[in-house]
Amino acid sequence: MIEHEPPQHSKPPLSTSQILLRLAGIGAVVVVIAGAFAYVNGTLDPQRLTPARVVDTFEHNNGQFPGYRRNHPKGTCVAGYFESNGSAAALSSAQVFGAGRTPVIGRFALPTGNPNSPDNAAPIRSLALQFTQPNGQQWRTGVNSMPLFPVGTPAAFIDLQNATAADPKTGKPDPAKPPAFFAAHPETAPFLAWIKTAKPSASYVTETYNSVNAFVLVAADGKRQAVRWSVVPQNQDSLVAPTPQDKDFLEKDLAEKLAAGPQKFSLVLTLANAGDPTNDASKAWPADRKTVNAGTLVLDKSQPQLNGDCRDINYDPLVLPSGIEGSDDPLLAARSAAYAASYERRTREVNQLKATPAQEKQP
Amino acid sequence: MSAPTSHFAPLARLLHWLMALMVIAMLFIGAGMVASISERHEWLLNIHKPLGIAILVLVIVRLIVRFSTKTPPLPADLPAWQALAAKLSHYVLYALMLAMPLIGWAMISAAGDPVMLGQSVRLPSIVAANAETFAWLRGAHRYLAYLFFLTILAHLAAALFHGWIRRDEVLGSMLRGRD
Repeated sequence: MIEHEPPQHSKPPLSTSQILLRLAGIGAVVVVIAGAFAYVNGTLDPQRLTPARVVDTFEHNNGQFPGYRRNHPKGTCVAGYFESNGSAAALSSAQVFGAGRTPVIGRFALPTGNPNSPDNAAPIRSLALQFTQPNGQQWRTGVNSMPLFPVGTPAAFIDLQNATAADPKTGKPDPAKPPAFFAAHPETAPFLAWIKTAKPSASYVTETYNSVNAFVLVAADGKRQAVRWSVVPQNQDSLVAPTPQDKDFLEKDLAEKLAAGPQKFSLVLTLANAGDPTNDASKAWPADRKTVNAGTLVLDKSQPQLNGDCRDINYDPLVLPSGIEGSDDPLLAARSAAYAASYERRTREVNQLKATPAQEKQP
Repeated sequence: MSAPTSHFAPLARLLHWLMALMVIAMLFIGAGMVASISERHEWLLNIHKPLGIAILVLVIVRLIVRFSTKTPPLPADLPAWQALAAKLSHYVLYALMLAMPLIGWAMISAAGDPVMLGQSVRLPSIVAANAETFAWLRGAHRYLAYLFFLTILAHLAAALFHGWIRRDEVLGSMLRGRD
């Protein structure tokens, strides 16, 4: 080929067909690369569950609430600190587990898809926490007042959302869909058994919150231990309070509880035995697993979420300090990816959130 | 000054091809990670951030090399619009190589996230945490990535046009040293 000859000015001219053929060759190179890119970014792969499609599912099933989180949109900011007792320092090299205080910005929330849901709309509450270590690394985690997750995979979770979504015509879920979904997903049985007994609590601070997903603690010597964690209230006086009937009792109760004094929780790590499933949040670990009480979470302030410090935090479960790692649970990567898409959409809409705070506050 | 060179300096060629690989990998990694909810999302993200910082460091070296070595002139018979397009597209490529890592870094900072490269290396935040700043930077990171990709495609098509159709010295000046 002439390609390897030194440049010269007397090359024989190309015929028209040669030129067309070479132009077609250039076009083919461009089309192949652009096509590969369009496949990778999902354009040519419409079946793939992408972060955007996950968030679209929430927006479609819940309705549009600009500026709000796409899931658990109703909530309240809280702040305080974690007082480590040092017991977990042997398991994890993360600074948060060394003795001493780590500041925390958190958010209690209702696990519905509508920021105007009444507080008794669901028998579950959620808590998101951000610990900021002295070295600037952070630990963010979301915990829910349920012992396990209904399903183990992102695809099953989206199918569950679609099976239980309200039909736009009737305003209620298609009665045939949930039973069909649960029959096709036997892994939901333990969750279904639990939720039959669950009641909406009268307070955020009386609930036990569980990570549901597994993580891996990494010790200074490199030793790895799979764990799940729980945030357990230390004061359980009001556990039996009946659920009030008004719409927004949780925020009011939280303010009252905090006015009476800081609210304290234990951070309890449950250590997996070899062979316990770390990749399936729908499977509980046996109740006899060893636990370590890592210290006390003290919450002493609350703020409305529309202008509170928690508003602009994406509680991505894979924002982790050195010494804590994600496990092989596929829900972790899915949550991280979908939260990023939700965060991008809602941060674009923060102006709309400021414009309509009156809608949220009901006297 | 000596006569104009006919080829890029060896270090310039090395940086060009190394960064071509890195930047194209980076664009595919970025496009793939934001379109994935599987474990791929996490491991692509963990490559994306340090690779972006590596590109930022290398483009600074490359700009120094670009200004301190001689570059071959475009063929004298190249139509003026093609010469202008060549010049402008090179400015765009250099600007994006420099801007994209900085926007990515600023965007993570604006989200209030720790800027982590791997498990324990943390870079300082370069802008204050602010939701609106984040949203703007995040949009810029996406749309400039598409501009980057399209500019690279045009650059590649033009290089092949020089090599296969015009058959001048332009492609060879980056492929080879002196003949």
